Amino acid sequence: MQRRQTPKQPLQVHRKKQTDLSAWRKGGRIDPEKSVQNHQSPNNQKNDSKQDSLEQALSYFEKVQDRVSLKKNNVLQKHLTTVESIALQRGLPPEGFDVLLNVALSGKLSDTVNTRLLKSLIPASVIPETSVVSSVSWLCVSKCSSNIQLLFLRWLITVFDFIDHKERLHALYGFFFSFLQDEKMCPYVCHLLYLLTRKENVKPFRIRRLLDLQAKMGMQSHLQALLSLYKLFCPELVTITLPGKTKTYFKDSEGPWKATINTVRQRKQENSLVSQPLFLGTAQPQSRKRKWNTQLIIPASSTNKNNLEEDREKQRVDFYGTNESFPVEQLQTFSQLLQNIHHLEFPSQMGSVLTNPLLLHYMNCIKDESIYLRLYYWMGQTLQEECTWYVADNKQYEEFKDFLETVYKAECFLQEGFSSCEEFLYKSLPLWDGFCCRSQILRLVSWIPLSSFSEMKSHLYDPLAQLFFTSSLYFKCSVLESLKELLQNWLNWHIIHLDSESDSQAHSLNTTLSGLVNVVAELIDFVGWISTVALRLENNPTFLLYFILDFYETVCDMYLRYNLPLLIMPPAGVFYPALLSMDSVSLNQLCYIMYRYRTNLVAAKENELSKKKILQFKFSSQTYQEYNQYIIAMVGCLWTSSAFQKDIHPQGLCMDDELLKKTTVQEFKTSFNIVYHPAMMGYAVLFLQQAWPDDTTFNFSLIKGKKWNWYLEYLYAQGLKGLKVFIESSINRVSQASHSKAGNMQA
Amino acid sequence: MESVDGAVRTLPSIGRLSRGLLFGGVHGRVGLSPSSRLLPPAPPSQENVDSQKTTFLLRKQWTLYSVTPLYRFSDTHLKDYARLLSAFIAAEKQKGLAVEIGVELGIKVAISSLPDLRGSDRDQAAILVQLSSRSPASPKNSEEKVIWSGWFCSVSGDDFSENVPEDFTCLPLFLANGAESYTSIVGSWFQKTFDCCFRRLAISPLNLSWMAAMWTGCKVDKTASAMELVFSVPHLPQPLDISYAIHPEDAKALWDTVQKTPGEITQEEVDVFMDCLYSHFHRHFKIRLSATKLVKVSTAIASAHCDGIIKFLQSQYLTGVLMLLTELAISQIQ
Repeated sequence: MQRRQTPKQPLQVHRKKQTDLSAWRKGGRIDPEKSVQNHQSPNNQKNDSKQDSLEQALSYFEKVQDRVSLKKNNVLQKHLTTVESIALQRGLPPEGFDVLLNVALSGKLSDTVNTRLLKSLIPASVIPETSVVSSVSWLCVSKCSSNIQLLFLRWLITVFDFIDHKERLHALYGFFFSFLQDEKMCPYVCHLLYLLTRKENVKPFRIRRLLDLQAKMGMQSHLQALLSLYKLFCPELVTITLPGKTKTYFKDSEGPWKATINTVRQRKQENSLVSQPLFLGTAQPQSRKRKWNTQLIIPASSTNKNNLEEDREKQRVDFYGTNESFPVEQLQTFSQLLQNIHHLEFPSQMGSVLTNPLLLHYMNCIKDESIYLRLYYWMGQTLQEECTWYVADNKQYEEFKDFLETVYKAECFLQEGFSSCEEFLYKSLPLWDGFCCRSQILRLVSWIPLSSFSEMKSHLYDPLAQLFFTSSLYFKCSVLESLKELLQNWLNWHIIHLDSESDSQAHSLNTTLSGLVNVVAELIDFVGWISTVALRLENNPTFLLYFILDFYETVCDMYLRYNLPLLIMPPAGVFYPALLSMDSVSLNQLCYIMYRYRTNLVAAKENELSKKKILQFKFSSQTYQEYNQYIIAMVGCLWTSSAFQKDIHPQGLCMDDELLKKTTVQEFKTSFNIVYHPAMMGYAVLFLQQAWPDDTTFNFSLIKGKKWNWYLEYLYAQGLKGLKVFIESSINRVSQASHSKAGNMQA
Repeated sequence: MESVDGAVRTLPSIGRLSRGLLFGGVHGRVGLSPSSRLLPPAPPSQENVDSQKTTFLLRKQWTLYSVTPLYRFSDTHLKDYARLLSAFIAAEKQKGLAVEIGVELGIKVAISSLPDLRGSDRDQAAILVQLSSRSPASPKNSEEKVIWSGWFCSVSGDDFSENVPEDFTCLPLFLANGAESYTSIVGSWFQKTFDCCFRRLAISPLNLSWMAAMWTGCKVDKTASAMELVFSVPHLPQPLDISYAIHPEDAKALWDTVQKTPGEITQEEVDVFMDCLYSHFHRHFKIRLSATKLVKVSTAIASAHCDGIIKFLQSQYLTGVLMLLTELAISQIQ
C-alpha cells in the first residue's frame, strides 16, 4: 500500500508571523524545503508513529482469517482500537476504506467487530468510489447480517458527498433499486436512490414498482420523497398527486458519523494555517440569524457556477489551453495546489480566500487586478457595515473582533496590507475610542502600506497622536510596538522590492527610493516626537523606555540590515532619559543601539569613500555630528567622568562647575560613570561584596586599575552585552593596565 | 498590475502593496460630499424618452441599496440568469428537495434591460428583475402577478465606472419593492454569482436637505401637492415627529430668491434655504428645527426617507433623482 502523507503545512505562519528576513540576508537564502522541515516539530513525529500503527492495523485486517474471536484475540483488539482512535481523531485515509469495508461486509468477523469497524469509517479527505462499488457487491452476496447491511446503507447516505466519483455508483442504480423489496432496508434505499436519481433513471417500470410498494406499505414518507423526485423529473409519467409539504422525508439520516466527521474536519482546520473555520456547506451552522446583506460571515469557497456555456468557450483560450478548471472545493492539500495551479479558478466569492491558506498562496502567484478589486470591495463594505465602535451587542462585537483578527492573519500570510483595510483605518481612527478591539486595530495599523506623508499625517499620525497622549501607559506602549512593526514591514517590503527591482518595469529606482526614504523618515520623526512627549508625560518609566528603544533598535540598523540609505538619531528627549535611566536594562539597550549606529555609519562612510562615483544618497554631516555629540556625552558620562564639561549637545548635560558645586554633591564628576551610575551601582555593590567579602564600607573607589578591568568582565558576565560591544567599539583603551581616558569619537 | 494607470495612484510608487486602490485620491477616501452640484438636465430633453416604459416605477416605495461592481456580469445572458435565479429561488423555498433548472416553477423570474434609464451612453443600461407568481390552480396562460421587483441602475456614474476594469459592471444603485424575503434571496444570489456586496443606502439629513432644495426648484405642470418636511426630535422617551408642510409655490418663491446661478446649486444656497424655513417655523411655533433631525422630504417630484426609502412621482424627473442617488451609492462604495 502506498504511504500517504498527511497534508504538509507549507509555512508555519501561526507560530511565526513574519519571515525571518534577517536570517535570510545574513546567511544567504534559506532553502524553503529545509526551513519547513525544521519547523516540523515533535508533533509530526507523533503523527508518523500513528501512521505506522494504522498501516499495521490495515494490513492485519487485509489478511485476517475467518472467525477470529474478539475476546480471545489481543492482536485483533489492539488493531481495532488503533483504527477507532485514529478515525475519531483525524479520520481515515482513502486507502483504508477498501480494506475495512471488505472485511466488515464479508462476514469474516463477528457483528460486534463489523459494527465497530463501520462506525469508525470517518473520511479524512475523500472515499474512493471503487471501495464503495466493491462493498455493494458484498451486499449482493449477503454474507453479512441484515443489521450490518442497514448500517452500511446509513453510512453510505451520510458520507455520500465524500465519495470522489459517482459514475460507477450510478451504474449500480438498478441494484440499489432491487433492494427496495427488503422492508427494513426500504427507507434507507429510498434515501440513497433519492441522492442518486437522475432524469434518465426515471422509468415507467420503476414508477409502477414504487406505486405497488406504496399500495402495500401505505403512504410512507420515504416513498413519497422518491416519487416526488420522479415527478419533478418526469411529470408526465407520474400522474398521482402527492401531498405538497412534508417537513422531513427521511428520518435519522445523519447516523452515528455526522458529528465525528464535523469534529475531524474542524480539528483539521484548526491545525491549518489560518485557524478559522471554513463555512463550508452546513458543517458550521450560523450562530444566529443575520441580515442577509451583512457579510461578516466569510463566504465558503465554492466554484463559480456562473460560467454559462458561452463563457466557457471564451475561457478555453486562456489558462494554457486547458479547458477543465479544478474546483476549489476539492483543493485540500498543497501538492494538489501545485499540480493544478495552471487550471485553478478562484471561488465565486473572493472573500472566502481569507480563511483558505491554499488560495492565499495561489493569490500570491497570480497577477490579476480583478482578484484584488473583488476582495477590496467585499472587505471594504464588510468592515464599514460591521464597524460600530459603540456596539451594545456583545456577540456582534466578538464577531467583529474575530473578523479583524482573520484579516490581520491573512495580511501576515501575504506579507502585505489590504488597501480596503487601510482605508477603513483612515476612516475609523478619528472616531475610535482606543479601547474597542484595541489589539486588533493596532495590529492592522502595522500593515498599512507605504504612501505619501501628507496622507499619513492627516489620516494616521494625527488621530493616533491624539489617542496616544490621552491614553494609558499600556496603550502608549502598544502604539509604539505597532509602529515598530509598521516600520519593519515597510523595510521588509523595500528589501524584497530591491531584489525584484531588476524585473519590475514600472518604477525607476530614483523616485521609489527617495519617496521611500522620505516616508520612513517621517515615521521615525513622528515616533521620536511622541516618544519625547510621552517620556515627559509619564515621568520616564522603564517600561515605556523599553518600547521606545526597541523601536530605535530597528532604526539604528536600517542601512546595513535593510539596505536603506537613511539613519536618524533619536531625539535628545529620548537619548538623555535613556542615558540617565535608573535601570540597567535601558542603559544596556542604549549602548547596543549606539554601537549599531556606529557600525552603520562607519560602513556608510567606507562605502562613500571606496566608491568613486557620486552616490545618490549620502548621510548628511548633521547625522554624523549628532552621533558624535551623543557619543561624547556617553563616553564622558560612563567612562571618562567628564560629562559635565565635555557634553556639547545643546540639550545636553553641560554644566558650570560653580553650579555643580552648589549641589553639594561630592565627586560629582564621577557620579555617572559605570561604577556610580544609578543604573550600575547595584552591580558595583555586588562586585565589591565578591571582591572584598570582609569589607563592609562599600568603598567604590577601590574599583580602579586592574580591578576596573575585573569589574568590566563582571559586568559583561552579568549579561550587559550592549555595554560590552559599546565599550569595545567606541572606547579606545590606551593601556590595559590603567583605566584610560581617551575615547575614539570619530566615526 | 498591467491594467492600472500609474497616474491615479498615490505617490510614491507603491507597487504591490496597494493593489486594488484604483480610484479616488484623498477625496474619494474620506467621502466628502461636494460643495456644489450641477442640476440634472432640464426636463424637455427627456420628454422624447419613452416614459411609458418607466411609469411602472412611479408611485411605489423603493428601498435603496448600494451595490459594488458586478464581476463577470454580461447583459447578453439575462435569460440564463433568470433561469438560474428562478432555480435558486425554488431551492431556497423548498430547502433540501432536489430542484431541476429550467422547469416551470411556482415563481417566474424575468430579467430585462431598461435602456432608457441612464444618464448618458457611457452608463450601463439599468437591469430590471421581476418575480411573478402563478397560482398553481389556474392554467398557464392566466395572468401573472408581479410580487417583487428590483432594479440596478447607474445614472451619470461614469466617473466611477471608467476606472474599473473590464470584467466589472458598475450598477451601483439597487432599488427593491416587495417582500424583504425576496430581496434577500435575489440579493444573495447576485452576491454569490457576481461577487458583489449589497448595503442599505441611508440618506443623511444633509442630503435630504439637498433634495428638498433641488426638488423645490423643479417645475411641475399640474397643481402640485404640498411640500412636506418631517423632523424627528432626538433624545425623547417617546418619539416625536414634527411635520412641516409648505405650499409648493411659496417654497418655489423662496428658493428663487436664494438661488443665484441657474443650473447649479451650492451647499451655501441649500443652507440659506433651510435656515429661512427654520426661522419661519421658529417665528410661529418657537421651535428650533435646526436642533432636530430631518427624516423625510416629500415634494411633487419624489419623496425620500432617511432610512433609504424613495418614491418617484414624476417620470420626467426620474433620471434627475436617480443621478443624485447614484452619486450617494457610489460614495458609499468607495
